[in-house]
Amino acid sequence: MTAALLQYLISGVTIGAIYALVGLGFSIIYNASKVINFAQGEFVMIGGMAAVFLVADGLPMVAALPLAVLLAVLVGIGLERVAIAPARGASVVTLIIITIGASILLRGTAQLVWDRNFHTLPGIGGGMPIEVLGATILPQAVLVICATMAIVAALFWFFKATRTGQAMLATSYDPTAALLVGIDTRRVLTLAFALAGGLGAIAGILITPIGMTYAGVGVMLGLKGFSAAMVGGLGSPMGAIAGGLVVGIAEALTAGYLSSAYKDAVAFVIILLVLVTRPSGLFGRRDGISL
Amino acid sequence: MKIRSMKRRAAFGLGLLLGLLTFAPPGGSAAEPIRIGAFLAVTGPASFLGAPELKTLEMYIEEINGAGGVLDRPLELIAYDAQHDAKKAVTFVKRLIFQDRVDLIIGGSTTGTTMAVIPLVERAGVPFISLAGASVIIDPVKRWVFKTPHTDRLAVARVFEDMVARGLSGIGLLSGSGGFDQSCRGNAKALAEVHGLTVLADELHASGDTDMTPQLTRIRTTPGVDAILYCGFGAPTSIVAKNLRQLGIDLPHYQTHGSASQKFIDGAGAAAEGTRLPAAAVIVAEQLPDDNPQKAVGLAYREAYEARYQEPISTFGGHAYDALMLAVGALERAGTTDKEAVRTAIETTERYIGADGIYTMSPTDHLGLDTESFVMVEVHDGGWRLVE
Repeated sequence: MTAALLQYLISGVTIGAIYALVGLGFSIIYNASKVINFAQGEFVMIGGMAAVFLVADGLPMVAALPLAVLLAVLVGIGLERVAIAPARGASVVTLIIITIGASILLRGTAQLVWDRNFHTLPGIGGGMPIEVLGATILPQAVLVICATMAIVAALFWFFKATRTGQAMLATSYDPTAALLVGIDTRRVLTLAFALAGGLGAIAGILITPIGMTYAGVGVMLGLKGFSAAMVGGLGSPMGAIAGGLVVGIAEALTAGYLSSAYKDAVAFVIILLVLVTRPSGLFGRRDGISL
Repeated sequence: MKIRSMKRRAAFGLGLLLGLLTFAPPGGSAAEPIRIGAFLAVTGPASFLGAPELKTLEMYIEEINGAGGVLDRPLELIAYDAQHDAKKAVTFVKRLIFQDRVDLIIGGSTTGTTMAVIPLVERAGVPFISLAGASVIIDPVKRWVFKTPHTDRLAVARVFEDMVARGLSGIGLLSGSGGFDQSCRGNAKALAEVHGLTVLADELHASGDTDMTPQLTRIRTTPGVDAILYCGFGAPTSIVAKNLRQLGIDLPHYQTHGSASQKFIDGAGAAAEGTRLPAAAVIVAEQLPDDNPQKAVGLAYREAYEARYQEPISTFGGHAYDALMLAVGALERAGTTDKEAVRTAIETTERYIGADGIYTMSPTDHLGLDTESFVMVEVHDGGWRLVE
């Protein structure tokens, strides 16, 4: 009984950590621009697919993985430079629609450049499960959870302790005031897309050994990451993490104890409940949502 | 969207040139081509079905045309990529029927896209051979609709026979949410009793899910489950195998012919070992006894495909091979492209030996496959092994 519960929690926390990383990307871009970047899921796909194909080309993992992240960072910067920056001044809704267009373009390009099949990467520890109190956990899942914690810690340090991080925070609180004190808010926006691209790619690489990757993998993961960000409160990094874990664990527990048919429905019901009772999310600022 | 090959365009240009050069020769060789329309899932999540199907059609139509065509007319392939999208399928089939005026339609890589176009095809009266798996396509029989792959119903029956032979009795069922997955699930629940088996757990997962350990944990904690059947295709097939290994569940694990692709084995790696599934004999053609009539057909198809495309065959390309050959056979027997005559000719196909098995159609059976050609295979050392 407890073994089963533990198994559900392990599954929920692992997938929740991935949702959290994707949700963080949504929050960071939202903070910098009030744009909800629906191409966030495609960063996840680019990370996974690029890693798979670089490894297939004979690169060692240590070189392939950073390169894959770098590629997603560049795509993030490119997206901002080519599509978002020229539309500056357009309404937020217009910008969101641009990101939807970009996501379709990126998915199509990935199908052409790479292929349309499913791929996997070897996980650490050779995929042999570790037994914990009757439940099992893959070494790769441990890596997912640890890596997410490390990234979150690094992000908090970045926002609290570096000038660039402070500049990003300032921009999210009040772009005009930030501009007046000499912060280059345009650079902040580019940086936000770069960061979101990198986070997405890391999530994509981490999940590939567990859940496989393909050109369309970002659609569902993007949606779940967006849910995580909404539950936690758009714009709150802490909220994205909490939201990711809530959605992931709720899914796993529903599949385990209620019915797997309603798994996704329950995740979305939680979002509705949160939005009805706390419209700005669990950790969101009251003025958080301006849609 | 349109994937008429460059070759076709080049051939068209060449044909035009020849036509101009040999202007109005009496009884000229500029015979009107026989138009074969196709709508397949060439891209998207079901591309592992549509891509080998299109490659197979292109390869054999080229070969047939090289040998003089059918009824002294060349075949022209008009193929569209409908992905795994019922709306696109309807649009493209409308175009095939009313604009391209095709003589015959092959396609619908998936059950969903096939079912969506059946009303259209039935109204227009065009012979239609589907490449999708579920039994709902031909049961009840539709006048103009045929199909080549074994049905999910046959697959489930084959799996259950094997379970009974191994003395298993309690089934833990896990299914995806697609058309084939759900049809398979329905058949599993309906057929279990007939075979003296019980479906004790009936779990589902959504499309795009990356982790099925909660469902499988639930199956494991259900008392009495001694075998696992997964109904679905694509990436989840590999994920299920990997999750079973992660959870240390070593119950006999069955999947359907939806997993009969090297992609399944590559995706799951060592976790795929021991998984059993029913599949068309073509993927184990070399392991068949020499007196099996399918051995030669299967080996020939495999050699031709692998030599040209440098990738291992799946059973899905075989479905397209059979559809095309059934159509060609029917055209030849009908001696015309008259739609009703071709339809009747397909319906009276007798002992066509194809990649998927031996077909004998009838007005009450628009699949016409025997069950012996549907063999049980097991993943062994990263390949398929015929289970005796």
